[in-house]
Amino acid sequence: MNALLAETLVGPSIDWAGISPLLVLLGGSCLLLLVGSIFPRLPKGTYCAFTVLVSLTTAVAAMLQWRDVTKSGPRNLIADAVALDHFALLATIAISISIALVSLITDDYLRREDYDGPEMYALYLTAAIGGVVMASSNDLIVLFLGLETLSLSLYLLTASHRKRAESQEAGLKYFVLGGFSSAFFLYGIALTYGSTGSTNLSKISSALSGDSPFSQIDAMLLIGIGLMLVGLAFKVSAVPFHIWTPDVYEGAPSPVTAFMASAGKIAAFTALLRVLVVAFPTRIDDWRPAIWVLATLTVLAGSILAVMQTNVKRMLAFSSISHAGFLLVGVEAAGHAGDKDALAAVLTYLLLYAVLVIGSFAVVTVVAGKGDSHTTLDDFRGLGQRRPVMALALTVFLLAQAGMPATSGFIAKFGVIKAAAEVQSYSIAVIAMLGAVIAAFLYLRIMVSMWLADSTNDAELFVPVGAGIAIAFASVFTVAVGVYPGWLLDATRMVSDISISVIQAVDSTTDVPAG
Amino acid sequence: MGLFVFVCAAAMVLVGAVGVVTRNNPVHAALSLVLTLFGIAVLFVANNAHFLAAVQVIVYAGAIVVLFLFVIMLLGVDQAEDLSLEPLTVQRPLALVVSIGVTGVIIAAVLKSQDALFARGTGIDSATLQDADANIRQLSRSIFTDYVFAFEVTSVLLLIAVVGTVVMSRRQHGQHVEESV
Repeated sequence: MNALLAETLVGPSIDWAGISPLLVLLGGSCLLLLVGSIFPRLPKGTYCAFTVLVSLTTAVAAMLQWRDVTKSGPRNLIADAVALDHFALLATIAISISIALVSLITDDYLRREDYDGPEMYALYLTAAIGGVVMASSNDLIVLFLGLETLSLSLYLLTASHRKRAESQEAGLKYFVLGGFSSAFFLYGIALTYGSTGSTNLSKISSALSGDSPFSQIDAMLLIGIGLMLVGLAFKVSAVPFHIWTPDVYEGAPSPVTAFMASAGKIAAFTALLRVLVVAFPTRIDDWRPAIWVLATLTVLAGSILAVMQTNVKRMLAFSSISHAGFLLVGVEAAGHAGDKDALAAVLTYLLLYAVLVIGSFAVVTVVAGKGDSHTTLDDFRGLGQRRPVMALALTVFLLAQAGMPATSGFIAKFGVIKAAAEVQSYSIAVIAMLGAVIAAFLYLRIMVSMWLADSTNDAELFVPVGAGIAIAFASVFTVAVGVYPGWLLDATRMVSDISISVIQAVDSTTDVPAG
Repeated sequence: MGLFVFVCAAAMVLVGAVGVVTRNNPVHAALSLVLTLFGIAVLFVANNAHFLAAVQVIVYAGAIVVLFLFVIMLLGVDQAEDLSLEPLTVQRPLALVVSIGVTGVIIAAVLKSQDALFARGTGIDSATLQDADANIRQLSRSIFTDYVFAFEVTSVLLLIAVVGTVVMSRRQHGQHVEESV
């Protein structure tokens, strides 16, 4: 008894300000659910406005932390489980912007489909918690929990249209396949833990470096890295783990598809970079070839399969696969020791693509009409006559996705290709550009059908306010960043501090005597 | 002795796992799951993790499987899916080949790094074996120090589960949307 009393447990110190973006998101989602269940008859648009407010507050909290990190440097929080650096904060800001835009589209979507209630918005916020946790995790267990938080919210959001069989089917498919991929990832964590003795990314990194007994090539560790790559490649929908993407993107409610393609991708790619760059910088020669293969397969297969589709949602799904391939080109470049520009290029790409894809799916949501049923290429015929401004906005998004100069898409694609060329990965850069050329054909097909074909449908197309704001913001942002990219590139260049915090963490752990 | 216990427990786990997938009757599948979970509990005991073993039996083999059985009974036991239907005929043989391949690679990798693992491993702390409360103390120490953030994030998962249950089980008004062609 005395022995028990003598030992008082000292918990880790908690930097509340450092995790303030997460706290805002969590508080927001709880409040939304609470208010939604107490007052069921709120004026229309309240939930949407509240979600936008929460996401903007999150972005502001992250920006305050950004200033703090710039001043006092990156560091790890709460027993080294969470990293606070520019990398994590930029991902947080990008995810918050995504939720704000997606909520604007969701508002009118829910009204059109005769749904009310705060559940979808609350799930967006919890999914964002998962995404932010993934982007800022410094421990494999935390990363896995973030992944599950994001994935579970996405499964539910996918299946949230209870009156559409496709939505239910997509939700179930995503759930079953996602469960498998999580199992792969978890097995990878177990094998990595077995062969390095820790789940903490910084500690894994130091265990594998230098002359520590763990640093010899270890077959079990390689399998561990491989299985974790399978799990994450599924989440970023890299070929050959992409099979779920077209079905789920098509079946899910269009705003949810926009959310998956933006916030979901940001979270999955930042997690991939965290694991590879922070934990395994000493195993570059082992994981880089795997990423090389994934990247080339993904760019080519995504672009070629996209051209063969006739449904616009499926086209955009395959186009998102091809974009994932481009991002993997950046990840491959990030593998080179000492190259930190590639990290900035990948995060810039993620941010710009998120806005682009939300804009595109906002137009698709409006055109699709009740029940999300009008999404074939024929339904887009003559959109230029019916709604010229909206057709122009979609044209901007498609040109940007194709990588046209003077749009944000060019800045994004140029960044990763430049990063790959700088580290002499010429072959992968050439293959990626070839993929971009093939994919350009797909975007042209949609544009031709919009502008050059006559409309078969004369019904008036109503553009709701929320979606209108989202489309306007996304198109202005796309062009503005395309013309004046300097400020964004200056900001994203700071994200290369991802592994500085690791070195500090390793220093601080070596100070403490063992035991 | 250690090896014998391990082999028996591993056999229980594997037989149970295969049973879960192959049994046609869902009740039999759920009972096979109990076998697997008991096998894991035995493995925990073999590694002196008595507290985890107890939790494994009480929570998993007890509570969770009982819930499974409840759901199966409520939905009806006699609704068996026809598994002979197969849209792509190559996928089952292919899945078999791939799964055997992956299992082989993992076993080979673990065998190959066996020596390194034994060289690094420190085994079970002898002080832990003598102290009856050591299990619980170590576990709680991990949860509230190194993994306190992970522990708190888990609560968000539970929140999603609650919201998800409401979303999925709410009664729907109005017509089903026509399938798009």
